[in-house]
Amino acid sequence: MRRSWRMLLFFAGAAGIVCLFTLAAEPISQPRDVRNRYATAIISETFSQRNITDAVSAVNFDFRGFDTVGEEFILFVSVLGSLVLLRMVEDRKGKVLRDALEPWRDVGPSDAIRLWILAMIAPKVTFGIYIVTHGQLTPGGGFQGGVILATAALILYLGEGFTVFRDVISHPATEIVEGAGALGFVVIGMLAWVWGQPFLTNVLPLGKAHELTSGGTMALISISTGLEVAAGFILLLYAFLQENLSPVEET
Amino acid sequence: MQLAPLPVVVPLAVAAALAIIGKHLHRRIVDSISIATSAAVVIISITLTFQSANGAIVYWFGNWQPLAKSHFPIGICFAIDPIGAGLSSLAALLVLAAFTFSWSYFESVGALYHVLMLVFLAAMCGLALTGDLFNMFVWLEVMTAVGVALCGYKSEQSQSLQGALNFAVVNTIGAFLSLMGVALLYGATGSLNLAEVGRTLAAGHFSQGFVTVALLLVTAGFLVKSATFPFHFWLADAHAVAPTPVCILFSGVMVELGLYAIGRIYWVVFAQSAQPAPQTIRDVFLLMGSLTAVVGALYCFGQRHLKRLLAFSTISHVGIMLIAFSLLNPRALAGMALYLAGHGLIKAALFIGAGILLHRFGSLDEYDLQRSIAKRLAPIGVLMVLGAWGLAGLPPFATFFGEMRIDEIGSQQHLTWLPAITIFAEALTAAAVLRFTARVFFGVGRQGKSMVSAGAPHLHTDAETSGQHSRVPAFMWVPMAALIIGAALIAVPLRGPVETAAKHFESAPLYDAAVLRINAQTAAPRPYDRPFEAHGESEWWIPLLVALATLGAAAASLFPKSPRTAFARPIGAVLSKTVLELRRFQSGRVGDYVAWFAFGIAAYGSLLLLLH
Amino acid sequence: MEPALSYAAYAAAIWLFLIGLYGVVKSRHLVNLCLSLTVVQSSTYVLLTIIGYRPGLPAPIFTDGLKPGSAAVDPIVQALMLTDVVVEATVVALLLAITIKVHRDAGTADPDKVDMMRG
Repeated sequence: MRRSWRMLLFFAGAAGIVCLFTLAAEPISQPRDVRNRYATAIISETFSQRNITDAVSAVNFDFRGFDTVGEEFILFVSVLGSLVLLRMVEDRKGKVLRDALEPWRDVGPSDAIRLWILAMIAPKVTFGIYIVTHGQLTPGGGFQGGVILATAALILYLGEGFTVFRDVISHPATEIVEGAGALGFVVIGMLAWVWGQPFLTNVLPLGKAHELTSGGTMALISISTGLEVAAGFILLLYAFLQENLSPVEET
Repeated sequence: MQLAPLPVVVPLAVAAALAIIGKHLHRRIVDSISIATSAAVVIISITLTFQSANGAIVYWFGNWQPLAKSHFPIGICFAIDPIGAGLSSLAALLVLAAFTFSWSYFESVGALYHVLMLVFLAAMCGLALTGDLFNMFVWLEVMTAVGVALCGYKSEQSQSLQGALNFAVVNTIGAFLSLMGVALLYGATGSLNLAEVGRTLAAGHFSQGFVTVALLLVTAGFLVKSATFPFHFWLADAHAVAPTPVCILFSGVMVELGLYAIGRIYWVVFAQSAQPAPQTIRDVFLLMGSLTAVVGALYCFGQRHLKRLLAFSTISHVGIMLIAFSLLNPRALAGMALYLAGHGLIKAALFIGAGILLHRFGSLDEYDLQRSIAKRLAPIGVLMVLGAWGLAGLPPFATFFGEMRIDEIGSQQHLTWLPAITIFAEALTAAAVLRFTARVFFGVGRQGKSMVSAGAPHLHTDAETSGQHSRVPAFMWVPMAALIIGAALIAVPLRGPVETAAKHFESAPLYDAAVLRINAQTAAPRPYDRPFEAHGESEWWIPLLVALATLGAAAASLFPKSPRTAFARPIGAVLSKTVLELRRFQSGRVGDYVAWFAFGIAAYGSLLLLLH
Repeated sequence: MEPALSYAAYAAAIWLFLIGLYGVVKSRHLVNLCLSLTVVQSSTYVLLTIIGYRPGLPAPIFTDGLKPGSAAVDPIVQALMLTDVVVEATVVALLLAITIKVHRDAGTADPDKVDMMRG
């Protein structure tokens, strides 16, 4: 199909889609009371029984926790899928690899900048762990904290290059952590099932509000999600960064 | 013991465990674990199918029951009925067949392949069983992510990457539109539970335009998934490049799940509000189905690459199933369910046939294989012919009983032209498979280029197994034979139960009552009266005509020069011209596909609004 | 003021959806295509946000003096959006992986030049 025909087809479609959305503006133009029902049912009627303070985490890890199972596995399979696509699994094992970006490393960051970059790793890890574990109390949780943890690995790469990154972060171990995070969520969900309760029922003691131990299974789910997300994103970094490598002839 | 969550939870748990330890296990152990897991899900799903025959099983995750006073649902539920559970059984069965088949296939895979397939199984079961709008979107997205990864599994071929790319982009855009539809419905009704959204839509006074557009938006992602015209382009590209076991799942059950979701959403959410009018729904979806059936069949007949041929045949058959849905009648829906089961099993078997060819000879091209094969595989050829028989909707296969019901209801609704569409689609797709089988497996027919297939892409398919193989392992032909036999055996025992299940499937008050624990009487009254109810006459001449047309078309394409096929020459000329014209649209460029997507959504939207 | 804001946000959502789609259709480079896809996706964020927005109400985090159970903006759409964000991140990761491979194999990242699937 010629590109001009393609654009014509698209503009005809786009004009139609604008009309469709204009007709569907009813929830925007006339907000009805019914719209608040779900939020009200959760915030005022049931949420307070959970002894936690962040309603978004409550929805994510408890009320609609089953969505989050699917969500976590979307991430899980995409990471594995990217590894498969980039063929990082078996290829080039045992070969000496050179970072294509390495040459500029000679004139790259000065020692001062490297020191500064590396000094950020410890605070970043601490902050990530804080966000993962306080999901039920403050905005945050496993997904957000996990990404912050993964950026610590990125910073390591920025400061030291791929070789150090690879030496510090063991690829097999990261894969195991990723799988363990995914498995952890399912196992926590099955705890209730073993006791004859529906999957993902919050069977652990709910603790006291404003405390780290509040929320029962929510805190555990948040941690296992955090592990999965952090390991998943580190694996993605691994897979994409090793694309810069090329095998060198051993001299 | 509660079985309800297990079809999703068990494969997910095993997949995660295999991701951790799979690397250190022997390949055969990983194979065995995967086969055992999918077999367990088959058993659990079939048990659920039987249990739910006595009334829907409703399972609230996290024990979040609907609120006591207002019956308002605050959690996510599985609402399991025989049709959903049956579909999850079919999915598990095909995953089992795929794992069995890959026992001796795919010699270079690690545990990653098994992990991805198991998550795929969980996603399909989740979509089939869930009773929540947003949860449907989640499982749809899991299916897309796994599908893309599996589709590009042989990533050393750039073809397979392009197939995966087209798959990912088109499906993702469709899913975003679905999500916008879900957001708008949530904004209007304040709920994500299918039953509650449906009840609120029926009770509230929403404008015709809003409800119609919401219906189109929510179903958009599923229309893409089910490869409806003109959203079907990605499917052929993805199938042509995906490894055989993955094709089995794509064609056998993933595409059909898209149709199932459309049916579920329509009947539970929109049917009660009688907006848009059933008549409009019928006309638009009938048009969609007919276009899909005809276009798919034309493409199918013009292919010489077996996987692509089968992929287009899937598109054509999806068209027939969409027609069945559009008739909005429980008997037609029962027909659709039978057709779906039969088609899924047969198509899976045919793809295994393709895998066997690839295993033995490393090619899927009709003419290459005809020239190069010295020793024919007659027993596999017989199975392929039986598969073509089933695609044609002839007895004793389940597709036959399905098609009879569809045609019966069609004639009752005075759609006299409907048999022409189904005959055309079934005869052409079956004839294509028959032609391929005759050439490749039995060495019949003229060699070289035929009119129709001239200019077909020379898709090169790399062998999926290494080394030379002189035998067809039992792990390959046994599942193929079992699937074909199964497609015939399930037909008669399923006929009765499927009718009851279809009646329940179309009854939103019953669904609402089960999910929200309200009395069926106090459920919102049903303003929608069903205009088409009584049983019609069986149309026994249709299968006969399909059989004749199939043989005629296959013979005409095998012996184009023979005087005995002169009768078909003018038709053949018109067909091949149409196919050549159509082929220009299957450009392989994702930009074109997305433009078609935008146009298709706008066109169907305008039709839904204007045909009133 | 309020309805006007909602309408503007709704229009922005439609605009983002279509302009992103335009980018996908028009794209001559796969990285450009991936980014266009994220633009399409951001339309769903905007839409979900306005659906869950309640004029004048605080975020649903019940610390710092906000009494548990008092009215707040809708936490459900925010949870849905979190899922949406994860979906976006993963789809983009997969597509970028494909892009790298396509570029390496075909020597080009123009989606119109790598059409081996014709017909």
